[in-house]
Amino acid sequence: MSTHTRSPLVTGLLLAPAGVFFFFMLILPLLVMLVFSFGERAAAGGYVPAFTFDNYLNLPARGKAFLNTLTLAPLGTLLTAVIAFPMAYFLAVKVPPKWRVVMLVLVMAPFWTSQLMRYYAWIMILGSKGLPAWLAWIGITDVRLLNTPTAVLIGAVYGFLPLMVPPIYVSLEKLDKRLLEASADLGATPWHTFWQITLPLSLPGVATGSMLVFILLMGDYILPQYLGGGKVFFIGNALVDLFLQSRNWPYGAAVSVALVIIMFVTVYFYMRFVLGKTDQRRAALV
Amino acid sequence: MRIYASLIYIFLYAPIALIVALSFNAGKQSMVWTGFSVEWYGKAFSNPLITEALGTSVMIALATAVLSAIFGTMAALGLERTKGWLRIVFDALIYIAIMVPGIVIGISSLITFVTIFDVVNPALEALFNLRLRMGMWSVIATHVLFNIAVVALMVRARLQGMDRSLVEASEDLYATPMGTFRQVVLPLLAPSILAGALLAFTFSFEDFIIAFFVAGPDVTLPIYVFSAIRRGVTPEINAIGTVVLLTSLLLLLIAQWILQRGNKQA
Repeated sequence: MSTHTRSPLVTGLLLAPAGVFFFFMLILPLLVMLVFSFGERAAAGGYVPAFTFDNYLNLPARGKAFLNTLTLAPLGTLLTAVIAFPMAYFLAVKVPPKWRVVMLVLVMAPFWTSQLMRYYAWIMILGSKGLPAWLAWIGITDVRLLNTPTAVLIGAVYGFLPLMVPPIYVSLEKLDKRLLEASADLGATPWHTFWQITLPLSLPGVATGSMLVFILLMGDYILPQYLGGGKVFFIGNALVDLFLQSRNWPYGAAVSVALVIIMFVTVYFYMRFVLGKTDQRRAALV
Repeated sequence: MRIYASLIYIFLYAPIALIVALSFNAGKQSMVWTGFSVEWYGKAFSNPLITEALGTSVMIALATAVLSAIFGTMAALGLERTKGWLRIVFDALIYIAIMVPGIVIGISSLITFVTIFDVVNPALEALFNLRLRMGMWSVIATHVLFNIAVVALMVRARLQGMDRSLVEASEDLYATPMGTFRQVVLPLLAPSILAGALLAFTFSFEDFIIAFFVAGPDVTLPIYVFSAIRRGVTPEINAIGTVVLLTSLLLLLIAQWILQRGNKQA
């Protein structure tokens, strides 16, 4: 639109509804939570105004939830990326162009269907009547899968593969095929070409996918609830417990604030590190 | 590589197939096949708790889809016309809305609503004999927040890829700004707005964790499913699950199809 049609009034009206939602449903609640995190628990649960750092000093009491989340979320993300990469490579390089989009959409689709039902299915698959029973049938007995970290990791790969594949696919599809030919012409083995060209140039896609998956895994509740069964619990499970069972709102608020801070800080450094690295590589290539 | 890809598809779809298969199982035992039956579909859809929850979820999802499509598109158009601090602030808000985990959005909205009600309700009660409480509207409000951000990103991507010369041509031919918008900009944006609305619908229809906190006494379908699974499931759940899984798969495929077609036209 050319400049003479740009009235500030129209711009303001266009942005107003979103602005109202962002203020009342995002900024205000986050501020209220920040305020609550310095308060005290009322005798019957809930919140009493106060100014204390006790809730933050008490965070180690839920250390196990933080530890589980901060080990299994990165591990789950890594595992998902490793399993997603060959799939994205296959779709971007080996599949004929007219089938690519359809096959990619089929990878993405499960993410948008009921998370509850899909993980419920995994309870049946990993439960004692599922996979362990089939394994016992071929002679491998005493396998316990459900309610273990392994189950949560399987669930993480299952749940987030649909989100990890597309960004890697996009970066691989954009990759200039002449670079690969040049590398081969210069006598590099396919393996060498992969390590020196394909992988580094697809890193932005891997980074985007990993960031998405990491964020969602860190805040997840259903996955650890269903496949960790109360034994392998995340921060999300601690939050539900704190707000709905023990009704310790100020402490729950402090845990939430800690979760959000950890998330933003990790994502910030991760992006800086990864993007910085790929920029250097690209510069070196040019 | 082909084998690897096939295994991935099996991995992704086997659990869904399992639910679908079990929904037609005659027996009550979940993992034991006793014969084909559609009995559970009948039972599920004659259970008033389930039909009511389904109705609530559909209303919430529809309202979310419409509101976030409109407000998200408006925001994207507004941001096109802004520079400087306002744009930086909105960009930051969009990313914060997407990054903050659903569970934190749910919890912080819950405590904010409760705090506001504690202040407002005594006065409202004294004056109008009225009490505010959480319910469908609070679920819609929290869902719209997240989906405004999603729609705004999708529409903006499309706006940036749009051919500026079309708008200029329209203006050169003396179209009014509103005319240009209606005849040129809106048709070009339509696929991404529609796809955004469909994604908002599926997100809202599927969401458990936010609604869990802010639905108050209202029961959405995911909340019903969650509590049914916790109580130990009846096979009814598999029937509902099948309907929900297949509906959202279909909606997503439609959204993708619209987006692809739109991309080809542009």
